[in-house]
Amino acid sequence: MGESLLAQAFVYLLAAVAAVPIAKRLGLGSVLGYLLAGVAIGPFGLHLAGDAGEVMHFAEFGVVMMLFLVGLELRPARLWAMRGPVLGVGGLQVGLTALAVGAIGLAFGYDWRMALAAGLILAMSSTAIALQILAERGLLKTGGGETTFAVLLFQDVSVIPILTVLPLLAFTAATGGAAHHEGWITTLPPWGQAIAVLGAVAAVVFGGRLLTRPVFRLIAETRLREVFTASALLLVVGIALLMEAVGLSPALGAFLGGVVLADSEFRHELEGDIEPFKGLLLGLFFLSVGAGIDFAQVAAAPLTVAGLVVLLVLVKAAVLAGLGLAARRPRTEVLLTALVLSQGGEFAFVLLAFATQNGVLPAAEASLLVSVVALSMTVTPLLMMAYGRLADRLADADLPPEPDAIEPQGSVIIAGFGRFGQIVGRLLMAQGHPVTVLDHDMETIEALRRFGFRVFYGDASRLDLLQAAGAAEAALVVVATDAPETTLSIIGTVRRHFPQAKVLARAIDRVHAYAVMEAGADAMVRETFGSALELGVEALRRLGLPAYEAERAGRLFRRHDLRTLHRLAALRGDDGRYSLAVREASKQLVGVLERDQARGRVTIDEGWDTSGLVEEVRRQTAEG
Amino acid sequence: MPQRILVLLAHPVRRRSRANAALTAAARQVDGVRLHDLYEAYPDFLIDVEAEQALLLEHDVIVFQHPVYWYSSPAILKEWQDLVLEHGFAFGREGTALAGKSLLSAVTAGGGEAAYGPEGMNRHSLEEFLRPFEATARLCRMRWLPPFILHGTYLLEQPTLERHAAEYAALLERLRETVEA
Repeated sequence: MGESLLAQAFVYLLAAVAAVPIAKRLGLGSVLGYLLAGVAIGPFGLHLAGDAGEVMHFAEFGVVMMLFLVGLELRPARLWAMRGPVLGVGGLQVGLTALAVGAIGLAFGYDWRMALAAGLILAMSSTAIALQILAERGLLKTGGGETTFAVLLFQDVSVIPILTVLPLLAFTAATGGAAHHEGWITTLPPWGQAIAVLGAVAAVVFGGRLLTRPVFRLIAETRLREVFTASALLLVVGIALLMEAVGLSPALGAFLGGVVLADSEFRHELEGDIEPFKGLLLGLFFLSVGAGIDFAQVAAAPLTVAGLVVLLVLVKAAVLAGLGLAARRPRTEVLLTALVLSQGGEFAFVLLAFATQNGVLPAAEASLLVSVVALSMTVTPLLMMAYGRLADRLADADLPPEPDAIEPQGSVIIAGFGRFGQIVGRLLMAQGHPVTVLDHDMETIEALRRFGFRVFYGDASRLDLLQAAGAAEAALVVVATDAPETTLSIIGTVRRHFPQAKVLARAIDRVHAYAVMEAGADAMVRETFGSALELGVEALRRLGLPAYEAERAGRLFRRHDLRTLHRLAALRGDDGRYSLAVREASKQLVGVLERDQARGRVTIDEGWDTSGLVEEVRRQTAEG
Repeated sequence: MPQRILVLLAHPVRRRSRANAALTAAARQVDGVRLHDLYEAYPDFLIDVEAEQALLLEHDVIVFQHPVYWYSSPAILKEWQDLVLEHGFAFGREGTALAGKSLLSAVTAGGGEAAYGPEGMNRHSLEEFLRPFEATARLCRMRWLPPFILHGTYLLEQPTLERHAAEYAALLERLRETVEA
């Protein structure tokens, strides 16, 4: 058993390690890489994977972890602010998709109950695929990304009522097999069930609020890293079990647990501990979806399956596109939401099994739908490959016309127009320099164009986009993106292809600053240094130092720190890659503190110091 | 051995300068002259005293080149004096680092020469207004050279300006070659 488990682990890991880098290199994204690798090791490929269904059941826990992490990023107040889109877009998406699919089912001559059940089941989209794709492309925080998340959240919630409703749609008696969520809870009367559900939710909320902190603090004091990791896992697993016991979705429970802990001081540690498990399990999940596609069934009726996949994707995308357009959202945003949510979800697998057991759907139809859902998952990454180009074209058509080209001499390109890039851009515009902005938030872009900025939509590390923005003639490229690796890749691209442009870059921290310099930036500024220094000067003033002296102390400190930055470059490891160099940060801090100490306490700087002069005059008076 | 010349340039808006730009361009052509633009080096007025003192030690003739603002220099040159000419370095019992070096003021004034006559608007000549610099040179045991003065720059025609610039360059060349005892 142990050996076969290891052998299985070896096969899955090997598939992932081999396929994902290749897929990424080819621009296919990791999700498609996993899916294809899954097909390759599955029963219709190399026949290496064991029971893919078993693996999938285990790997679904990755989705639970993903939702926990998403919850950690979302403070309760923020979640409350999202209630509108969640209930509005989410509710309409599930309702309308279910009705549309149901109508198609009716048209094919199925009983209305079966059609409606299929509609409800197929209305679900894949949280794993959608969020993974958005995260990989840095689109989570855009308008489209948030809408997508709102819809997924509603779908997660709606699984519970769907599980309740499905048995009512049964056209034959339940086939006797154990219902999916059967447990002690079903033995309770309805009001008892309600109390149990409420109790479980309250346990997560209040337990998370009151208990986790002291417990985590105790564990953190043991300074045993693995115990902390274990307790983080324990927390997620525990919540999942509790939710399952009362018939709620474990993913939803984990999400709730995450939100409750979003304010806790252990948030980052929890994130760091759960993240790798989530990544591995999600990968495993995608692999098992790939391996689980029943190609025998597909081969038996290829046209039916293909037709159903196309139909499913079209209907789901059309409903979302219709909702988006009706709400007058920007068209690139609508396109993103429609494409990224166009597949069937992992909940569909669960719900289909549940529906078969409860006599809602015949086994043949259910297994056909399982294949359709799995295949529709593989379609999404393909659609997303087309998304970039389509979005560019839509953005061009949508936006107000570009302002007349100003004399391009001395023109500046700013990549990334968030909190940082905006300040740089406004200063330059105020001085009358033509500024071209690259960003991927449609709402910002529309506003900017109205105020006379030239704006291009898209990923600034793409060569063709930089070219379109006029990088070949630009005097300056300001890289103000907030993702460290993206910043480095843009600097590299500009250096290689547009050597005439000077590159100014935003560095995240000391370690990133070195990477930025090595990547070839002509100048860089650490994003928080200036403002932290300003606050330090303010602190000195509050402590009674006169304004000018405090200001000067700040400036002298800045000079000292910049010199330290350059001298400590020698402390760097040989490997310049930022992501691998983060551990260096603490080594750097030690070096910095040592140099601060060597500099001594600067009580009064030498400027305007007259003590020497006073003493000399005194001596002269004494002698004279 | 040729004298090493350091020109400390102080003009806050070089883009709007015409006279100083011409003088600077002329000085740049002279071999052995080091130009040091103070506003460019210290946009935050945070003068690096050590570096400036080291620079002074490396040169024999120091030139203050600037427009006349309110009968004196632009602010940064005053800040430079306050901080760099420290007691114990430039003056005082131990302060002999600059002894024997020469100091030249090269200034441009918008008003014409008549405005600086006894009957003119300013009542005193520019030589008089430059007394604080002369006194500074004396306290630092430096030799005070007759100042290079360019009057009436507001109305100066380009050819005349260029002629004066050439004179300035010639003066710097002379200073480079002659070692005065």
